[in-house]
Amino acid sequence: MTMLLESYRVLDATGPLGFLTGRILGDLGAEVTKIEPPGGDPSRKWLPQLSLGNRPAEGLFWLAFNVNKREIQLDLETEAGRDRFRSLAKETDFLLETFPPGKLDAWGLGYRVLSEDNPGLILVSITPFGQEGPYRDFLASDLEIMALAGVMSLAGDEGAEPMRVTLPSAPLWAGVEAAMGALTALAYRSSTGRGQQVDVSAQVAAMAAVAHAPIYWDLNRVNPERTGIYMTGRTLTGARMRVLWPCQDGWINFIIYGGPAGRHTNRELVVWMDERDMAPDWLKQMDWSTFTVPELTQEEIDRLEAPIGSFFATVTKREFYERVMDRGMLGYPVATVKEIHEDPQLEGRNFWQNVRIPGSDSDLRFPGGFTIVNGKRLPIRVPEGRE
Amino acid sequence: MQDALEGVTGVEFGSFAAGPGIGKYLANFGARVIHVESAQRPDGLRTHYPPFKDDKVGLNRAGAFAFWNDSKYGVTLNLKHAQGLELAHRLVEKSDFVIENMRPGVMARLGLGYRQLRERNPRLVLLSTSNMGQTGPYADHPGFGSQLSSLSGFSELIGRADGPPLFIYGPFIDLIAVAFGGIAVLAALDHQRRTGEGAHIDLSQYEAGLQFVTAPLLEYAANGKVARRNGNRDPVAIPHGCYPCREGCWCVISCWDEEEWQRFCIAAGLPALSKDPRFSEVSERRAHETELNDLISQWTREEDAEKLMHRLQASRIHAAAVRSMRELFSDPQVASRQVWQKQSHPEMGEHHYRMGSFQLAETPGRVRKPAPCLGEHNEEIFCDWLGLAPERYRELEGQGVFS
Repeated sequence: MTMLLESYRVLDATGPLGFLTGRILGDLGAEVTKIEPPGGDPSRKWLPQLSLGNRPAEGLFWLAFNVNKREIQLDLETEAGRDRFRSLAKETDFLLETFPPGKLDAWGLGYRVLSEDNPGLILVSITPFGQEGPYRDFLASDLEIMALAGVMSLAGDEGAEPMRVTLPSAPLWAGVEAAMGALTALAYRSSTGRGQQVDVSAQVAAMAAVAHAPIYWDLNRVNPERTGIYMTGRTLTGARMRVLWPCQDGWINFIIYGGPAGRHTNRELVVWMDERDMAPDWLKQMDWSTFTVPELTQEEIDRLEAPIGSFFATVTKREFYERVMDRGMLGYPVATVKEIHEDPQLEGRNFWQNVRIPGSDSDLRFPGGFTIVNGKRLPIRVPEGRE
Repeated sequence: MQDALEGVTGVEFGSFAAGPGIGKYLANFGARVIHVESAQRPDGLRTHYPPFKDDKVGLNRAGAFAFWNDSKYGVTLNLKHAQGLELAHRLVEKSDFVIENMRPGVMARLGLGYRQLRERNPRLVLLSTSNMGQTGPYADHPGFGSQLSSLSGFSELIGRADGPPLFIYGPFIDLIAVAFGGIAVLAALDHQRRTGEGAHIDLSQYEAGLQFVTAPLLEYAANGKVARRNGNRDPVAIPHGCYPCREGCWCVISCWDEEEWQRFCIAAGLPALSKDPRFSEVSERRAHETELNDLISQWTREEDAEKLMHRLQASRIHAAAVRSMRELFSDPQVASRQVWQKQSHPEMGEHHYRMGSFQLAETPGRVRKPAPCLGEHNEEIFCDWLGLAPERYRELEGQGVFS
């Protein structure tokens, strides 16, 4: 069958905060035209880079989220550039942009103007905080967005410095939710013919990363905090449970759960520990069939976790991964990007795609599209129209 | 005013966050979404996952269940009963999409696999979302998002350079998969409208999470470099950190070019910093980053995080207070977007539900009703919507079809 969004056109005038949105629409088959400022998008020069022989090296963040697009340069600071922009916007279904709020209006290219030419136009505006509100003009990079989204308050050692994920993720949260907003607006357009503006806040998008943590406050006036390698909130006693454990060659993620899957895991773990004579008798005699977590006290958890920790110190990451897969246990290694490249599951699903970037003399092993539709993985197409 | 997804109907077979989270978004924008549960084995978020309202455990007191299921209809069906299965098929016949996040193969064993559903509804869009995807050697492996965040590289990439990896709160990666799942369903629904064709979407939550890690994965492929956690530092901006303020609060600050750094030194009242040879150029600041951060921390310790954010922003410097969960309810920007919307739940009373990050100018989404109690809408859906006669409903109820 044809690709899901094959008949649509997208004009992508975004900076990094919106790169992923156009990439996703392109993955799904839409024809995406990336508009760059003269000289190319600044993120092409960001480190780390892919070296390309006698051509300029290519920033990998740029490359990651701008495949499946064709590229043109346009100077919106000039009238000719703005005229060209306006005529391109007449012929497009989606216009994606990340300019500071009010900038398009100041250029005479606001939604009211563009939709006069093209009433079906869906304008997706992605900014750190949205088009309105007290923070709309604040400067914010990934760090500031993750701070104001609450995400950092939940990562780090107890009482110590809040942490962000080392790679920028706010632009990806914003980009992915913006694509959902764009397609929600498309549903409305299909039944009415009318386009509209979609206003995306990266701050609220990144709030997705704290999941249901705010609900502890809303329901019970408990304010969840960061707890390092532990997790809280799973017991009624306030006890914390270990999540990350050192193993022979790195770290693994293992959590004591109740429920059918957790009970099975705990049984299997004790069997494995016993194979190495590392399961104390009281642990072997545990009745897991009625085991639940919410009522556990800190003392009970500490007692359970002590022999488990000693055991994990003797296990390698690969050994752990193979065993949990083999026995249907819960838990995973803390994988590095190298280990992800070596994962047999991804290989088995044809996740990787070798892509030849123009100017390169070898293939680049690219993570594939985000899903499989009717048995076919969404493909990566090499950027076209590159100088 | 018409809703964006008015007239769209979907059924969910699933539990926890990764499946139901998708239906919640669609329901906020006007889709009719029916969450199907077993009364004998209800959603795990109802039974053993805090928080419960006032810490009293109860099927209709679970905050996490509520969080992923507002604005939906909730019904119970015994899918192992022939009549229960038949009713499930009839729900699907009247629907545009189905979302399921059972273990791969379970839906087919129940009689609800893609082929079986498509026989009765050829236009159907089915999204199957699971930890590892529907195929591959590890497809059957069960798992939770709280742990998948480690397999997909995020744990390795958070924490101090010289410290352990850190736990990322909650089912982090499920949320990434929820957004990608919503996108796939919406794209397939558009294709369905235009062509009459259905689709089966196989979403691996692991692969969805890896989309966020694309750049470091390419860096390994291109240069063989294995990305590592590096605290709050950044390869471009300096300073780029999180600094302690009064009363246990924190403020992040980053400077992205020489001009911003100069403005920062003035705004901070630390003009000596800009003249200090250790910090005169980016390369020098990078070489002395720990000392720089210590000096900034000494200054911020006496400051109020909120006021500091406003003062630095007024001087066009990147700065932000770190919000706690409690503060997300009082943040004025979040409030201005009406992210938290109150509903009155029959057992939990008044509490808040979260709207997503995007708003549509003409067809705004909203929280339409509180999360359903277990089986709350059985009669409304099976009798009023599906057309089952009330006597027949009672008869089936007596046979355990809704148990």
